Amino acid sequence: MKITKARLFAFAAATAFITMGNAAFADELSIMASGGAWQDAQRKAWFEPFSKETGIKIVEQEYLGDLGKVKAMVDTGNVPIDLVTVETATVLQGCDAGILERLDYSKIAPREKFIEGSALDCGVGLDAYGDILAYDPNVLKGAPTSVLDIFDTTKFPGKRAMRKFPAQNLEWALMADGVAPADVYEVLATPEGVDRAFKKLDTIKKDIVWWDAGAQPPQLLASKEVVMTTAWNGRIQNAIDKDGAPFKIVWNNQILEYDMIAIPKGAKSPDLAYKYLAYISQPEINARLASYITYGPVRIDAASFVAPDALPKLPNAPDHLTAYLVADTEFWGDYGEDLVKRFNAWLAQ
Amino acid sequence: MSALEPTKLDQPRPSRDWSAADTGTAKSVAAALRRADLGDRLRSLALAAPLLVLLALSFGIPIVLLLSRAVYDPTIANALPQTSQALRGWNGTGLPDDAAFLALAADLRSNQAKGTAYELAKSLNARLPGARSQMLKTVRQLEAADRPPLEVMKAVPFWSAPGTWPVIESGTHSVTSFYLLSALDLRWNADGGIERVPPEQAIFVQVFMRTFFVAAAVMLATLVLGFPLAYLIASVPKGLAAVLIVAVLLPFWTSILVRTAAWTVLLQKFGLVNDLLLWLGAADDRLDLMYSRIGLIIAMTHIQLPFTLLPIYSVMRTIQPSQMKAAYSLGAKPFTAFRRVYLPQVFPGVMAGCLLTFILCLGYYITPALIGGASDQLISNFIASYVNVELNWEMAAALSFILLVFTLALFGIFARILGLDRLKLV
Repeated sequence: MKITKARLFAFAAATAFITMGNAAFADELSIMASGGAWQDAQRKAWFEPFSKETGIKIVEQEYLGDLGKVKAMVDTGNVPIDLVTVETATVLQGCDAGILERLDYSKIAPREKFIEGSALDCGVGLDAYGDILAYDPNVLKGAPTSVLDIFDTTKFPGKRAMRKFPAQNLEWALMADGVAPADVYEVLATPEGVDRAFKKLDTIKKDIVWWDAGAQPPQLLASKEVVMTTAWNGRIQNAIDKDGAPFKIVWNNQILEYDMIAIPKGAKSPDLAYKYLAYISQPEINARLASYITYGPVRIDAASFVAPDALPKLPNAPDHLTAYLVADTEFWGDYGEDLVKRFNAWLAQ
Repeated sequence: MSALEPTKLDQPRPSRDWSAADTGTAKSVAAALRRADLGDRLRSLALAAPLLVLLALSFGIPIVLLLSRAVYDPTIANALPQTSQALRGWNGTGLPDDAAFLALAADLRSNQAKGTAYELAKSLNARLPGARSQMLKTVRQLEAADRPPLEVMKAVPFWSAPGTWPVIESGTHSVTSFYLLSALDLRWNADGGIERVPPEQAIFVQVFMRTFFVAAAVMLATLVLGFPLAYLIASVPKGLAAVLIVAVLLPFWTSILVRTAAWTVLLQKFGLVNDLLLWLGAADDRLDLMYSRIGLIIAMTHIQLPFTLLPIYSVMRTIQPSQMKAAYSLGAKPFTAFRRVYLPQVFPGVMAGCLLTFILCLGYYITPALIGGASDQLISNFIASYVNVELNWEMAAALSFILLVFTLALFGIFARILGLDRLKLV
């Protein structure tokens, strides 16, 4: 093949274009989040406005929230991401294992401006979400008034779905067995308390379908596989608002948790990462996410910035905080692995 | 018994041991041949060397390194050098002397200074649930330094609890049997013997049994479905056989995830299978096929069918129809001819197909995760959970090691029954 002038020119132009492209986005920030409707919401609320304001390009990646992937990156010294979203219990684990950076809050926002428990050593809160009960009133006869009604198989017969994980389920089991919310973690730290929680779960074991991924509960309800399910509130609200699903959410006795974001050890652009963290931790910007998915802000002073139509759907809206429990991260850091093993053994029996 | 003669490929290599009269010449010829043979082997080995090096670097060494984590965990030993020293003379019963408490206090403070306290806490917590917060609390109190270290240590009941010091002592040995024993639901008891863990904590033996049961069930199901189908494909005209083979292979070329997802659509409560069963009147009510053992076995059987079928088919294709005709002409009834002429020749293919499917089934992960219920999770699901979620790679390595040992043992039994050279994998 003859190299013609035209081809040479095209090649040179392409090269110049690529180089220019790189120059235009010299600053790149790589964020790994756990995908789905939640990542879409973050893109609209935070990624795109941040890029527009600062000229920093955001490269998105997705993962399942399993810290093993991050550990493999840190252990091999090849860390292609600057920020990673994690659950609260995972932050503690990653912090202990030395794979997440300890954060310097002077570069983000005053720590006392965050809701208690949402600004941790290795992770800063993004939003608050609720573990709630959801049902389809067309399928379920009667209306449950508390998440604990999932244990009442006489009043609400039929299959029910719960997350295949001990956290939340053990807390709800103890509360359904009469333990006051304030004492739940104290009781659960004793072997007798654990036995008691599992005994309560035993009473509905044969009626439970287990879910793993956050997208499953709305599917299980829609396919009528179950009559009620525990779920993350945003996933159910999303199905109601976007797909017109007839589901209802029960807030009473919800468990409140925080989504977190962290910097993995060995990240290539920690300065850009801090810039992003400082950006999203401003109260009016922290509140913006609620317009795209019904998860609440974690800045104490952000409530007034939440869009008025979004407010009543948030887990930390005043109406939803009559009876609730805040998940205890320290407890799950201590007993998580042991209880997961016990839970799996119990499942297999 | 001509039918039982090994096929051409199975015949031993032509012997080089001439039992000629002139043994002297024969011996020197044999020696020369052996030398030439050795040269050939070395040359072919040299040709294969790049491949072997690649295999060792990218496959062998990483696996060995990962599996070594099952028995080698130096985190605690490295973090507690003074405590290791102080525990040398301890007899393992009761509490050690105050020197050990002081050594531990000093080790904890030096870990805090080096920034490794959290790693140590996590490692201790894996063996002793609840140790994490107790240790971190103690470290904070030691840092405060308003009381002598010994007083601080004695004031935290955890450090004087009966189970604590034996675990610390066992942690100071880098080579540990803790994880391998845990993978078999065993542990050391206080007297230094091995005992079963309490039933509410026992899990892995049951999961291993379940994994083998599911693998065996899928193997049998694919054999029952695959054998007649392979026979059909081998006996129809070429054009039709090609169409049938494509029909078998088409799903084989589709991603396993897609096929598994398709089964969830078919098997769910208001899915096609249940609709069909109700319409036919075969079932009175909708069956729970999703999240059940039977659904799992159905989906795995579909995915594994080509693996069992193809080796059987490849052997069947080589069998001449004239052999069966010859058997009939010698007076054999159809079943006798099948049993004594056909089956022995197909046997290596059947064994190869079954072995392939059985071993692949032992490693199934995605199908049990999506279609199986909570009590249908196989050992791979637990390994994945320890790698990805718990970050306890030692436990994952121990489970992998046990699975590998079982698989190799099984392969050994197959090879012994049949002989490796008779296994016809393709």
